[in-house]
Amino acid sequence: MTVLDMSQVALRELNSTLQAAAKDRKNEAFDITNPRGSHAVAVGLDGPLDVTIKGSTGYYCAGMNKEATVTVEGSTGPGVAENMMSGVVTIEGDASQYAGATGRGGLLNIKGNASSRCGISMKGIDIVVHGNIGHMSAFMAQRGNLVVLGDAGDALGDSLYEARLFVRGKVKSLGADCIEKEMRPEHLTFLKDILEKTGADAKPEEFKRYGSARKLYNFNIDHADEY
Amino acid sequence: MCGIVGLFLKKDDLRPKLGDMLTDMLITMTERGPDSAGIAIYGDDGEGVKITVQSDAPEVDFAGLEDDLSKAAGVAVSVKVVSTHAVIKAPLAAEAALLAAVEAKGLRVMGVGESMEIYKEIGLPKDVAERFGIREMGGSHGIGHTRMATESAVTTLGAHPFSTADDQCLVHNGSLSNHNSMRRKLAKKGVFTKTENDTEVGAAYISSRIADGASLGEALEGTLEDLDGFFTFVTGTKNGFGVVRDPVACKPAIMAETEDYVAFASEYRAFADLPGIEAARVWEPEPATVYFWER
Repeated sequence: MTVLDMSQVALRELNSTLQAAAKDRKNEAFDITNPRGSHAVAVGLDGPLDVTIKGSTGYYCAGMNKEATVTVEGSTGPGVAENMMSGVVTIEGDASQYAGATGRGGLLNIKGNASSRCGISMKGIDIVVHGNIGHMSAFMAQRGNLVVLGDAGDALGDSLYEARLFVRGKVKSLGADCIEKEMRPEHLTFLKDILEKTGADAKPEEFKRYGSARKLYNFNIDHADEY
Repeated sequence: MCGIVGLFLKKDDLRPKLGDMLTDMLITMTERGPDSAGIAIYGDDGEGVKITVQSDAPEVDFAGLEDDLSKAAGVAVSVKVVSTHAVIKAPLAAEAALLAAVEAKGLRVMGVGESMEIYKEIGLPKDVAERFGIREMGGSHGIGHTRMATESAVTTLGAHPFSTADDQCLVHNGSLSNHNSMRRKLAKKGVFTKTENDTEVGAAYISSRIADGASLGEALEGTLEDLDGFFTFVTGTKNGFGVVRDPVACKPAIMAETEDYVAFASEYRAFADLPGIEAARVWEPEPATVYFWER
């Protein structure tokens, strides 16, 4: 295991070291110390790697991740795991705005709360939030799963496409075209697996499922005068 | 973008370090706005009023200022010159006469109050803080701003904090879309702004509500009803510190609280050196929610 101390190593050098190790595909382990809220820590990792960040980070931590496992022992700023392709990103604390935005695959596991626009435009990523999420979460989400053990803020799933949203707590309000849907056996099976995998303390039966009413997919002439 | 910092001390132990802590926080936020920087510090209450003024030609304008103002106001006045700024101290009763005298001399009034002093200029936070010796200043609370100009020119008067009433000031990240109509509404009430800047309208709105009898909390609630646009506001009053974000809340904000202080910043990075931050309660303020502390 290699330790990279951010009070000694510049961000650019840190990221190029990690990116090179990821490309080597030896599944090396790295500890990052003294992140002190720095931006863009451990971004663009394209290969198997095990990175632990000992402290809180700023914007865009673990963005564009592919195959790597990144754990943040602290909280993260806006845009954590943005456009992630695969791999696992775990946040021990809270995540700020637009966590997992546009993510195409992999798992984002947030042990604390996530702020507004969590999973905005997600395209295949699985996001598990052990706490609450903020307003406008899963806005225009297209594919993937957002699982929330706590409450959701205003306008959940506004203009939602085919992503599946599971919320255990209260939903302040649903956004345009987002409705509650029946929980079928395959959804309970999915929840059981992902809750186990993320160490989440909840039962599948406690969740409600939300999805697209699919009314915004096509232009409706009856609504023309509403614009 | 703009970067905002704020620090409100709950206990007296850290008071001598307030300026030092705020300066470090503000320098960390430099990348968010390199156009201008400013800081408002609520120092020890002296006897009387403090007027902070600015001049582009301090050698000329501040020469003999003490004598001139003492004569004009008919009381003993002290003047402390700090680079382009000067802090004028006098008995409270002389405030109106002094303000008329400094404006007649063409000096720009940055702020007026019993405890507040405001220092702001074009330039980077590190240069502005050094120029005015902010690190050496003590006090109970303060706010700072590093500006990326969007709504008005890069000038000293366009820098934050904006002060529109005694011991009140405000810093802002965002842009208001109805500031012109609100400026006209305020003018009808007799509240006039000095610049074309949207943030000054936000400050004037809050001052006007407080002058009408609203509490700091009520005035901040009012911004959610009456101001349109994107905003994270951090305000200071003589004994208070308040935060509000608009309902969309796309401008970043983070807060930390310990037994010793409440801190605000645009990013967590600004907190990294605060004492006891590892054990602090750190959270992102909710949209359309008012937070304030008063002593």
